[in-house]
Amino acid sequence: MNVREFLQQNIVLLDGGTGTLLQAAGLPLGELPERWNLSHAEILKGIHQAYFDAGSNVVATNTFGANALKFSEEELEKLVAAAIENVREGAKRSLGAQEKFIALDIGPLGKLLKPYGDLDFEVAVETFAKTVRLGVKYGADLILIETLGDSYEAKAAVLAAKENSDLPIFVSCAYGEDGKLMTGASPEAMVALLEGMGVDALGINCSLGPKEMQTTVTRLLNAASVPVLVKPNAGLPEADGSYNVDEEEFAKALVEFVKQGARLVGGCCGTTPSYIESLRKAIAGIEPLPIAQKAITSVSSYTHAVYFDTPVLIGERINPTGKKRFRLALEEKDVGYVLAEGIAQQEKGAHILDVNVGAPGIDEKTELPRYVEELQAVINLPLQIDTSDPVAMEHAMRRYNGKPLVNSVNGKKESMAAVFPLVKKYGGVVVGLTLDENGIPETSEGRARIAEKIIAEAQKYGIQKKDIIIDPLAMTVSADKNAANVTLSAVKLIRERFGVHTSLGVSNVSFGLPCRDAVNAAFFALALENGLSAAILNPNSAEMLKTYYAYLALKGLDENCVEYVRFATERLTSQIQTQTAVAATPKSADCDAKSQLQTAIVRGMKTEAAALCKTLLNDRAPLEIVNGEIVPALDEVGVAYEEKRAFLPQLLMSAESAKAAFEEIRAHVLATGEQAEKKCKIVLATVKGDIHDIGKNIVGTLLSNYGFDVLDLGRDVAPEIVVKAVLETDAPLVGLSALMTTTLPSMEETVRSLKAKTPNVKIMVGGAVLTEEYAKQLGADGYSKDGMGAVRFAERIYADLCKKS
Amino acid sequence: MPNSIQIKNYTDLPDFDRTEILRYAGYLAAADEATSAILDECLQEAKTAFSFRVAYRTLAIEDFLTEFKPDESLQAMRLSGVDRVVLFAATVGLGIDRLTAKYANVSTVKALFFQAIGAERVESLCNRFCEELTETYAKQGVCTRQRFSPGYGAFPLTAQNTVFKLLDCPRTVGISLQDSLLMSPTKSVTAVVGLAKTEK
Repeated sequence: MNVREFLQQNIVLLDGGTGTLLQAAGLPLGELPERWNLSHAEILKGIHQAYFDAGSNVVATNTFGANALKFSEEELEKLVAAAIENVREGAKRSLGAQEKFIALDIGPLGKLLKPYGDLDFEVAVETFAKTVRLGVKYGADLILIETLGDSYEAKAAVLAAKENSDLPIFVSCAYGEDGKLMTGASPEAMVALLEGMGVDALGINCSLGPKEMQTTVTRLLNAASVPVLVKPNAGLPEADGSYNVDEEEFAKALVEFVKQGARLVGGCCGTTPSYIESLRKAIAGIEPLPIAQKAITSVSSYTHAVYFDTPVLIGERINPTGKKRFRLALEEKDVGYVLAEGIAQQEKGAHILDVNVGAPGIDEKTELPRYVEELQAVINLPLQIDTSDPVAMEHAMRRYNGKPLVNSVNGKKESMAAVFPLVKKYGGVVVGLTLDENGIPETSEGRARIAEKIIAEAQKYGIQKKDIIIDPLAMTVSADKNAANVTLSAVKLIRERFGVHTSLGVSNVSFGLPCRDAVNAAFFALALENGLSAAILNPNSAEMLKTYYAYLALKGLDENCVEYVRFATERLTSQIQTQTAVAATPKSADCDAKSQLQTAIVRGMKTEAAALCKTLLNDRAPLEIVNGEIVPALDEVGVAYEEKRAFLPQLLMSAESAKAAFEEIRAHVLATGEQAEKKCKIVLATVKGDIHDIGKNIVGTLLSNYGFDVLDLGRDVAPEIVVKAVLETDAPLVGLSALMTTTLPSMEETVRSLKAKTPNVKIMVGGAVLTEEYAKQLGADGYSKDGMGAVRFAERIYADLCKKS
Repeated sequence: MPNSIQIKNYTDLPDFDRTEILRYAGYLAAADEATSAILDECLQEAKTAFSFRVAYRTLAIEDFLTEFKPDESLQAMRLSGVDRVVLFAATVGLGIDRLTAKYANVSTVKALFFQAIGAERVESLCNRFCEELTETYAKQGVCTRQRFSPGYGAFPLTAQNTVFKLLDCPRTVGISLQDSLLMSPTKSVTAVVGLAKTEK
């Protein structure tokens, strides 16, 4: 019998701690325990045998830290081979008659993944893969990934296991007492992610004793449709290193978990064979509860899961379609602009963000995963990956830290053949559009038939109905008076007939009509009443949100109307705030709009600066405003800063106010087609190995405000990328930053590469560890201790450039 | 086993020290109204972003010397009369890094403030932890010396490798060490506190 079959019918007894026993056997401080697989094989065989003797069905190899980051590949192979052999030998020697399995144990890599750590996701996958392949080669029965504290690393490990073996995969994470992983994921988020990827069992181990785990275990059991694994420590450690829960108490607590539905139990730190023996006796005769299939439709981010049991709002603003300014941001790789759209939608109450970067000239295959990574680094909402390019879709799904919503598949054979394998591999909830080779059916019955086809085809790939959301397509009511009726009845029909969730791009309905918000909101209310589960909409639309919160309150979905009241108060307060802010704008008889704008910038008043600039644009040319208002204001603050009359935060607030004014100018220019002039291009980067970028960002903001065309390559940028950017843009100036002494060699290398391949470019450098002298030594043309210095240097370079031409 | 790694979680650190935060952000005067307002917004958003954790263990001075091989100047400056040390790693968690990154390309002033807030919090955490050490050891008639960290003075940054080996930081408190020897989360501190019979 293999372990998958065994798991279906039985409670699986795992083993207990190994580290504690190895220390007791003399493992010295700081020695890597995996080396003992070879050097002290008999001790390991003895420990494994003791666990089998105690009754364990599954014993894990002593390979917790056996990975290619810690060991050479040659040593790794020997250690893994020996580790598996040790368990096999332990099983052979044991007289226990139970089913026995060897688990290849895989622990965390000990490094945090990018962007907050320095380990690349694909490197993590490949590192895990090396251990997995050895496990397969030497005959492990299953893969036990355990003690992970990061959802993204868990995803990398599971991918490695799936791509390199057909073995059953058990994944166990270390939750804190707050019920979260170190990097923030909730139990429900982990269930969504791991189940989506098709693991055989999931659970919790380490860090806590049985008592402290109680809440998390319950949450896992309530969310999971696969067997749940529980491996607590023997309580919490005492000052002398001992643990405070004994065998009897431990067994008693775990019996309760089993009665609640846990199917795999064992122990972690501090537990020994005698704990497992007590546990075996305590669970003997308990009938395992069946693994209940939960009808939960959920997507997840790195922190939490979103369930579709109450209607869900999907923010549609990250999409260039019909938005010139957004397209420009994509062309300019202006990450800040895109992130700001995301942040604003989250603040307005979106539950999920749609991400679409498809536009002519944009390479979705690289840009979609890039923006997904940028967004998931700073916004904890689940993302909806929105593309018609299956390659871009796969790249983005692979890099996504959670279980995404995937937009979309449709009833065409080709579409289903491309999208379903991705959903099966990476996990996800997929939106199915009710159109196929014959177009969009005109009747609700016709759309339901396509829904049925999509659901049936998905099943062939092993994708369950709960992971499909049908979008019966909102059509324009101004083109066909029955369009909305058909969509509404399709929502109802599909929901009732197939029991699947539904979604709509609500605002399509009002295309071509004036005052679209009114139509959209009414349609939204009707759709909700017909059973709509999710709407893709603009969260900035107050009408839509009013409808949403009012609907929840009216339908008994908002206990005590708490959400509605919160929404109403916050909306109201923010409106009042905006009014007061406008009223507070510096205004007096002798103070016209001209000096008002300057004052607003000098004082760092962002909203006012934007509003005043907009007014000025009515009768003055953009360039005139830039040179006559914005730059003088910036100079005033810049000089005050240089003379230490103003401080860095004030300098930055002025810079941001100026940026807000510039944003108005850009919008004006885009609308009128007038040209905004820019000074020369400047390439900025924090050098490879360094992830500190605040200094570089300050420099970037200031340079942009002074009219330079800044291309910010970000942080941890390899020399060849900088060279490539300079060659492509023909920029006359590069700014490099480094914060750590350890990354100075990297800066040296970048300067060297630039000098060799782009000898005409000027290089300015800065960062905490640099000095004027060291900059010279590096071969840099300029050094600046702060952002204003960088501006002054850039202006000199630009002036020289102008003289020459 | 003695000398095992201990973990402490804190939920009750003192309130934010605004003056200190402003100082970290390079603002060396009483904040004007606009600056104050932005700082308030940042503090509000940062409030729930922290999870304060410390991992620590006590080492006999002999073990410390074997593991770290400190040079003579460090021994003379920091370790004279010291018979044990407490080695610790403290972190405020990844939340503040996420906030800093969130605003890095959106609002540099907010990013600057979040950095400053993180710096103030991790200092506050270290102070709190060290005060507790001092209190505990005072009862045993043992003095705690001023803490010192890898990368400062005669204690090289490469000592981080040893600290991480001895405290198992990724697992115990969720700090990982990059190849550049920087820590993630960035608002983390590792340090050594000497224990001695006498004040220095």
